Amino acid sequence: MNAERTSSAKDASAGGNGTLNSHCPTGPIETRWDKHRFDMKLINPANKRKYNVIVVGSGLAGAAASATMGELGYNVDCFCYQDSPRRAHSIAAQGGINAAKNYQNDGDSVFRLFYDTVKGGDYRARESNVYRLAQVSVNIIDQCAAQGVPFAREYGGLLANRSFGGAQVSRTFYARGQTGQQLLLGAYQALERQIATGKVTMHPRTEMLELIVVDGRARGIVTRDMVSGEIKTHVADCVVLATGGYGNAFYLSTNAKGCNAMAIWRAHRKGAFLANPCFTQIHPTCIPVKGKYQSKLTLMSESLRNDGRVWVPKYEDDIGKAPGDIPEEERDYYLERRYPAFGNLVPRDVASRAAKAVCDEGRGVGSTGLGVYLDFEEAVGRLGKQAVSERYGNLFDMYHHITDEDPYAVPMRIFPAVHYTMGGLWVDYNLMSNLPGLFVLGEANFSDHGANRLGASALMQGLADGYFVAPSTVANYLATVTPGAVDKGHEDVKAARSTVKERVSKLLGVGGKRSPDSFHRELGLLCWDKCGMARSESGLKDALEKIPALREEFWENVRVMGTGEQFNQELEKAGRVADFLEFSELMVRDALNREESCGGHFREEHATEEGEAKRNDEDFCYVAAWEHGGDGNEPKLHKEALNYEYCKLTQRSYK
Amino acid sequence: MKLKVHVWRQANASSKGKFETHEVSDISPDMSFLEMLDVLNEELVDHEKEPVAFDHDCREGICGTCSLVINGEAHGPQRAATTCQLHMRKFDDGDEIWVEPFRAGAFPVIRDLVVDRKAFDRIIQAGGFITARTGSACDANEIPVSKEIADRAMDAAACIGCGACVAACPNASAMLFTAAKVRHLNMMPQGQPEREVRVRNMVSQMDAEGFGACSNHFECEAACPKEISVEFIAEMNREFLGAMVKADNTVPKRG
Repeated sequence: MNAERTSSAKDASAGGNGTLNSHCPTGPIETRWDKHRFDMKLINPANKRKYNVIVVGSGLAGAAASATMGELGYNVDCFCYQDSPRRAHSIAAQGGINAAKNYQNDGDSVFRLFYDTVKGGDYRARESNVYRLAQVSVNIIDQCAAQGVPFAREYGGLLANRSFGGAQVSRTFYARGQTGQQLLLGAYQALERQIATGKVTMHPRTEMLELIVVDGRARGIVTRDMVSGEIKTHVADCVVLATGGYGNAFYLSTNAKGCNAMAIWRAHRKGAFLANPCFTQIHPTCIPVKGKYQSKLTLMSESLRNDGRVWVPKYEDDIGKAPGDIPEEERDYYLERRYPAFGNLVPRDVASRAAKAVCDEGRGVGSTGLGVYLDFEEAVGRLGKQAVSERYGNLFDMYHHITDEDPYAVPMRIFPAVHYTMGGLWVDYNLMSNLPGLFVLGEANFSDHGANRLGASALMQGLADGYFVAPSTVANYLATVTPGAVDKGHEDVKAARSTVKERVSKLLGVGGKRSPDSFHRELGLLCWDKCGMARSESGLKDALEKIPALREEFWENVRVMGTGEQFNQELEKAGRVADFLEFSELMVRDALNREESCGGHFREEHATEEGEAKRNDEDFCYVAAWEHGGDGNEPKLHKEALNYEYCKLTQRSYK
Repeated sequence: MKLKVHVWRQANASSKGKFETHEVSDISPDMSFLEMLDVLNEELVDHEKEPVAFDHDCREGICGTCSLVINGEAHGPQRAATTCQLHMRKFDDGDEIWVEPFRAGAFPVIRDLVVDRKAFDRIIQAGGFITARTGSACDANEIPVSKEIADRAMDAAACIGCGACVAACPNASAMLFTAAKVRHLNMMPQGQPEREVRVRNMVSQMDAEGFGACSNHFECEAACPKEISVEFIAEMNREFLGAMVKADNTVPKRG
């Protein structure tokens, strides 16, 4: 595969000295987005219909961008691997969406949301991007309410809010425990409306297998129709990737089974830089692993920590006892003890590491010893069962279904699990990658959450990118290109197509003995052990040897049943696992390079005496953007320095 | 646990399908139903046979991708749960299990247990939205919505679009799916301007897709993993009738 970047791509964002230009506007931070919007080029309404835009992914970011750009008059082709855009994994987000509305009059503001997000991200996010995110957060709530999203309401009819980890104000809007579902359905319905008008063409059950780059610009994609197996090329004036995160590199995660990194990895191989892949979020409140057959992990919304209290037995001898038999004074409410100011509401990375610490001490509960209690006894006593059920009923039901235990009667058992990935394709302020014409939105980009994402901020970012940022910045790019400059007959387009065909036949032709899933499980376990909640130099180096060996075995010993010309889920899995086997090596390399602990990235060598993460701002206050070196070569590191003008770099403290 | 599984195999939409029988062993009661199928597929691949195709994604009961009729019931024997949330503890050692796709004329089989549910998307396209151009909204608190309305709209909006209602209905009717969306949007104050055209167009599209009519079996509500109430169907019928009468009065007739 030709993975060489062309020189024109290099010129776009990577300067001659290897630094990256984020194209952030200057001036007072509160004026930057408005100023930038004014400075950006517009396309006159009659010309918009001459432009074709490809959007890959139909989650919050992809559906919102497709609907909005269709509404503006562009011709949009939207692709998703699911049978309907309504099923994208944004749908599973439970807890809520942040917005700086200050409806609660509790001291919130755009600046405070900005500040909390930068601090929560452990000072590894770009200030300008985060400020814009906080600004447009208020428009998102307006937009969604206008679409009829049934947000929770107070008795007076105004919007209700709840608090969430990492914040001391109540700024989270929610729709029971199904906020992601309701927001996604809002975007999906807007998208379906555009499909009905003909401005958006939807391609469900279609997977992107390659990015088409012509003269250094992203010009299209190669797809496989998952029903007929047909390999097709699609060309356009720009390509928008909104394909989500890479959490399934770990095999077990809270992601949907189909979530994968193929689109971003294919783009990376074609020259797009991948930034901070080691920043992965381990969510503290998931249902613990039960057995070998386990196929995924289920999240219990972080909002449960508003009313639930996290504890383990004070004494190791008590771990086998029924929780009800352990008296109050023999319980260790370790979050409340260690972090009195935030208590059970500390950010996710802190809560996850604290759970790992008590389990490492031998005080974990459940059959595997990898679990802590999340207890609602006090909340039921304080609020009554009815109120607790109104807030969390569906989550309690879900827990009950899966574990066969009634959380109203016995405390939930929870353990951290891979949930979200802050890293992703590098983008500038316009959400454009270093490859001109390639835009990356939502979880697929690296931009707004630094080293740790705060709860209820993923929905905010997905919709901010999709509804409000990309439609303007994409127009600014399109205004510089001639519409329809590349057609399907171009030799680079044909070459991309034949590469894909070769790869599909190669996967089908290995004829080995192991299923794609068995490789995926082995890779996932390796990533979790060596590059999970705690990472060390020796472990990461070990993984750097094992991953290529596993990849080699994959290409010699994978068994993919069926043919390419049929509905073939084994073939789909095999392609995704093949890319995870390449992607995870870069993730591990990035973790090895980052000699500090920050946010979700915890290097055992870099901890304070109390076991908290120890950042190294002197040497690592930068975005690590990796350039693919071609097969067999090491990737090249580009650094984007992070400058903090408004948030003072301090040791994060939630005590 | 050891089980005998009769599973529907069908190469594609145009071929004839049939049941195929497999024994699975070492099934843990804590496994989900789909994890049991994973085990079966892993064994099939070991024996160089093609695994069973089935739709699934989030495996936490919210995306609506998984389907399956298990022992004659859409989403299996557990109430208020999708197939992915059904656990093997609901079965006994030695049980025989019959696994089929959701069956309806409007849901053609793609392969094995996978069906095409695009008809649902087309019903949404017909009117299952509130027209609100991005950027044009007023402040969210300018239009209060009583808690009662918001809660009831949410009850309807909880639909995951899985199609179990259609699979469970003797008439393969999509009334529960359609009514849930019509009522969610028509209850909200933001949905009022398009209220009548919405119900008219969505119901017409539902008919055009070949879904049957409702004759009050209420199997849909029993099969619905989100327990959407059949009351919404009655409410939709009332709205539909009103909207049709009004449309007839306002649209000038020929002659």
